[in-house]
Amino acid sequence: MTPAIELRGVTKRFLTPSGGVYTALHDLNMSVEPGEFCSVVGPTGCGKSTTLALISGLEPASEGEVDVFGKPVAGIADGIGYVFQSDAVFPWKTVLGNVAAGPRYHGASNRDASERARDWIARVGLAGFEDRYPYQLSGGMRKRVALAQSLINSPRILLMDEPFSALDVQTRTLMENELLSLWSASSASVVFVTHDLEEAISLSDRVFVITAGPGTVKSTYKVDLPRPRNVAEIRFEPRFVAIYEEIWKELRDEVLVSYERQKRGAA
Amino acid sequence: MSVRSAARLNRVSAPTQPADRSGSDLAAARQKQAGRRRLNVLGGRVLVAVVVLGGWELGSRIGVIDKFFWSQPSEIASTLWRWFTEGTDLGPLWEQVLVTMEETVGGFLVGSVLGVIFGVVLGRNRLLADVLGPYIKGANAIPRVVVGALFAVSLGLDIRAKIATAAVLVFFVVFFNAFQGVREVDRNLIANARILGADNRRLTTEIIIPSALSWIAASLHTSFGLALVGAVVGELFGATEGIGELIYLSKNLFDTAGVFAGMALLAATALVAEALITALEDRLIRWRPPVATEVRI
Repeated sequence: MTPAIELRGVTKRFLTPSGGVYTALHDLNMSVEPGEFCSVVGPTGCGKSTTLALISGLEPASEGEVDVFGKPVAGIADGIGYVFQSDAVFPWKTVLGNVAAGPRYHGASNRDASERARDWIARVGLAGFEDRYPYQLSGGMRKRVALAQSLINSPRILLMDEPFSALDVQTRTLMENELLSLWSASSASVVFVTHDLEEAISLSDRVFVITAGPGTVKSTYKVDLPRPRNVAEIRFEPRFVAIYEEIWKELRDEVLVSYERQKRGAA
Repeated sequence: MSVRSAARLNRVSAPTQPADRSGSDLAAARQKQAGRRRLNVLGGRVLVAVVVLGGWELGSRIGVIDKFFWSQPSEIASTLWRWFTEGTDLGPLWEQVLVTMEETVGGFLVGSVLGVIFGVVLGRNRLLADVLGPYIKGANAIPRVVVGALFAVSLGLDIRAKIATAAVLVFFVVFFNAFQGVREVDRNLIANARILGADNRRLTTEIIIPSALSWIAASLHTSFGLALVGAVVGELFGATEGIGELIYLSKNLFDTAGVFAGMALLAATALVAEALITALEDRLIRWRPPVATEVRI
């Protein structure tokens, strides 16, 4: 079976403003099956977000190949959803306008787009808020808008870049559960970037640990916890704790390397 | 400061009420306070007018202020009354006001539309911006009212010369704001729109222009004032009607009361226009959160 996403020997270099070359990713190999929920964890600045930019086609790889459903990525392709870390909903559009944007960009009539948007707004629990502007919503509600905005395009691949990192812990757990139920109703593959190992394990089928930059996959772990899961409670299961310990041993070294580097950089 | 923003400020700075008050009491108390505040502002405004105009009148009557050069409020008022009832030397007063308004609004529209178009196109096209940059900066450095002289010669005495002068003044302000606004668009929003499937045209109309609008809207107040300047300067360079021409005529007759009366008319016109622009601005950037500390003047 063709994997949904495959990165082979991918290297990504950026030019720094001072004219130097910064290597964000080095010889990265990763493959995600259709319908699989994968998390990518790693220390700050290891190139996690860059990985998503490469898969989405927002950035080209410097070396290596990036395939999505067996086809090399060349620019932004259809069938990809992307939930950004910061707020990327359009502040001048209402909730309805934001969610309806995707279908409209794909040529749906305004009426059709609004109808579908209303359905998705209800699905993420925002019915009644259609006419609000983003500034009138809480952080959690804005994330729901962002989710609906991405999912309405029925993406085959959903990329999420620390989407819940700005939320408080309770809202975050709620959103994680909702994400799982929305995902299970779709057949999308998810690549979920986070620095929170707990979040990664409780959501995913597989967890990739990335080394301190330049990033490459250090190890991969299968999370064999049963679904459906309740994110709020799964953390207490012995199997969860065991997996956590195993992955943390790997991750800790990378976090320490990154921390030492930052300290030296700051000194 | 507008009455509305006064109320807004008031809402924020209201002292904390005792905890046992019910919600409706609280609201009523606030409303009362806001009403009192409005009254204070109005009273203060009247007081300023009385002190300034009264002092001026008194000064010119006892001879501290030379009436010939600086006129006096009563004379200005009677000139205004005469223009209003008997008409001006150029014809009915409302015609003069209308002509100047037409020139101002015309120049404002032409200048801001061109400014937005150029700002967005250059903001989106780096090469074009680099090529044209020095020319635009150079043109902006010229005291632009002098182009009024050029237009008076090339376009003659009619309304087009004034519209052109006003448009030139407006263009640069709007252009620089639009250009900056386009450059400052959040990269994340652009990435998001592209992922959602927006093509270049949608990106421009749905992301870049709305995002730049808050910059552009901020420039509209300044640019409307400049449009009025352009229209009046255009009239000074040669016209047959309009408030500027009225002022020019009064000046030639050493009628300082007439000059002041013309200024008063301009001020009144500008105030009315200002209210319209504020309404337009609120409509354009409805999506922005109201700012509690905002003070409008």
